[in-house]
Amino acid sequence: MTAPAPAASLPRTDPAQSPLAIRGLTVSYGQQPVVFSVDMTVQDGAMTAIIGPNGAGKSTLLKAALNIVKPLAGRVSVYGRPLAEQAHRIAYVPQRASVDWDFPTEALDVVLMGLYRDLGLLRRVRAHHIKHAKDCLARVGMEDFADRQIGQLSGGQQQRVFLARALAQKADLYLLDEPFAGVDAATERAIIDVLKSLKDEGKTVVAVHHDLSTVRAYFDTVFLINRRKMGEGPIATAFTPETVQATYGGRLADGQITQLTQDA
Amino acid sequence: MLAQALLLQLGYNATLVALGSAALGLAAGATGTFLFLRKRALVADAVSHATLPGLALAFMLMVALGGDGRSLAGLMAGSALSAWLGLLSVSWLTRHTRLAEDAAIGAVLSVFFGFGIVLLTVVQTLSAGRQAGLESFLLGSTAGMLFSDALLIASGGLAVLACALALRRPLLLVAFDSGYAETQGINVHRMDLAIMTLVMAITVVGLKVVGLILIVALLIIPAATARFWSNRADRVVLLAGLFGGLSGYIGAAISATAPGLPTGPIIVLVSFAFFVASLLLAPGRGLLSAALRHRAYQRQVHLRQGLLALAQSHPVYEARTRRILRRAGLMRADGVPTSSGHSHAAAALRDENRWQALRSSAHLSELSARDDGLTLILDVLTPDQIAELDNRISAQPKVVS
Repeated sequence: MTAPAPAASLPRTDPAQSPLAIRGLTVSYGQQPVVFSVDMTVQDGAMTAIIGPNGAGKSTLLKAALNIVKPLAGRVSVYGRPLAEQAHRIAYVPQRASVDWDFPTEALDVVLMGLYRDLGLLRRVRAHHIKHAKDCLARVGMEDFADRQIGQLSGGQQQRVFLARALAQKADLYLLDEPFAGVDAATERAIIDVLKSLKDEGKTVVAVHHDLSTVRAYFDTVFLINRRKMGEGPIATAFTPETVQATYGGRLADGQITQLTQDA
Repeated sequence: MLAQALLLQLGYNATLVALGSAALGLAAGATGTFLFLRKRALVADAVSHATLPGLALAFMLMVALGGDGRSLAGLMAGSALSAWLGLLSVSWLTRHTRLAEDAAIGAVLSVFFGFGIVLLTVVQTLSAGRQAGLESFLLGSTAGMLFSDALLIASGGLAVLACALALRRPLLLVAFDSGYAETQGINVHRMDLAIMTLVMAITVVGLKVVGLILIVALLIIPAATARFWSNRADRVVLLAGLFGGLSGYIGAAISATAPGLPTGPIIVLVSFAFFVASLLLAPGRGLLSAALRHRAYQRQVHLRQGLLALAQSHPVYEARTRRILRRAGLMRADGVPTSSGHSHAAAALRDENRWQALRSSAHLSELSARDDGLTLILDVLTPDQIAELDNRISAQPKVVS
């Protein structure tokens, strides 16, 4: 694993041009806010982990940024413009649990869903669309499984197919909800390789992440959330025992945190 | 008689009914698939029951305006209006109250239907002589169908079908993964309203033939039937259209062979027959094929376990394992392996040992996920990799004692 780039080499992002800038976002289910008045400025061309304890609003933050969940208050801008104008530049990989695995669809069909904006209602699926979808499957190492019904794939394989669907969109900003949850080691490696290659192409990656021990190896910047924003910035300055302890509210033992947040 | 009916030789009315029913079945089957895949089948039930008050009110209105109240187009318009109201009620209750959708469906369905029955009774007492058999819309009735009725039913059904097919991509995307659909610029709520509107249109179009109580069967059973035959949504849609169309056609033909046979219920029974046949016989998802697959798998497991026991000179106790080994000519009745049994057993043990060695190999251990006890390692590794494993095995003490 390559060492994380030093913070200084990352371009500072002007909020007005950030791939994803969120201001004053509040989301509530009923009267209980799940995300309260959160500001977030995602750095262009970096890989950002959103971390926080269970129920801290990590997934909700992503969903609200995408307008899947309607926020109570707040503004979201994407590359300096309103979300509605720039939604085509975002690819989203939802949590695996959100899908009916018995649905009659094969891996290649799932990837073709990523071309919906190109295909629209009636345009025919042509050979070059299929080829593009197959290339995306190959990029996540799933080319041999194109004609499998998705329920017949393992959890890790399903996650890779979803990543391929996001790749098919040729987006600039990739938002992933717990991409490593419940996947095998081989898949985790395959996914992180693809994400790093996206970063090398200048794309921006934001992932909800639950495994504190890999934050340092995988990501450049962190965003800590526990209903409110608890910290944001390069790993070196923002991912410290103090910020993590504050975010997790004493749910982790001190020794554990020190170990997780220090360089190995 | 049935053959004549199927060949459209039972006269003008029977032919009209058969063709109208086929078009309706085709449209209902294909459109219903989107609903089925969205898992909202019961909303269709609420919508169809909600047609009844509108039907009765439309009849009253037409009579009050001096007509005879039996115009199919007028009745359809009235039932569409009240079905739309029912649909909006379910949608509103689900979105703006804490009621779950099933509770909202139950409430709307029973209230609208109850109100409709009251109105129907009023119609019967008010104009006993002219009540025109409105209750035939409960279960459908094709006696005395006019050419214009059949044309209305067929063209209405096909128009709905065209709309559903035009919207197939967003509808399927919403059904599969609504959150993702939203990020693709699809308004999920609007798509849900669209599919329900199409379903409502099918219900209204099908009132005359199948009736409002049974129309939900024509929307759902063909989709459930088609699901047995394909793992791809677009094919499920086409197959459901085919099953629905055939059910409509055959059901109408059967009901034409004897006077008094109700068309709607027979169409539903025919589509159920397709469902049962598919449930039993479809390859892959059918019960028969699943049972055969299970048996074949079980046999393989027993064979493998038996061979491994033979290779290690353990006695084979399980009766089924002994039977399978003997039938395959691998073991004699007294439990002694035959010569072919010896060689197969040795091969099985070699395979098992190679898998064992693979697990402790640094760069191959990832492949151990492919080990399900039956897959031959020869199918997973290259000859070079196997040679490498064999070297490891001969270098160590024996893995299996």
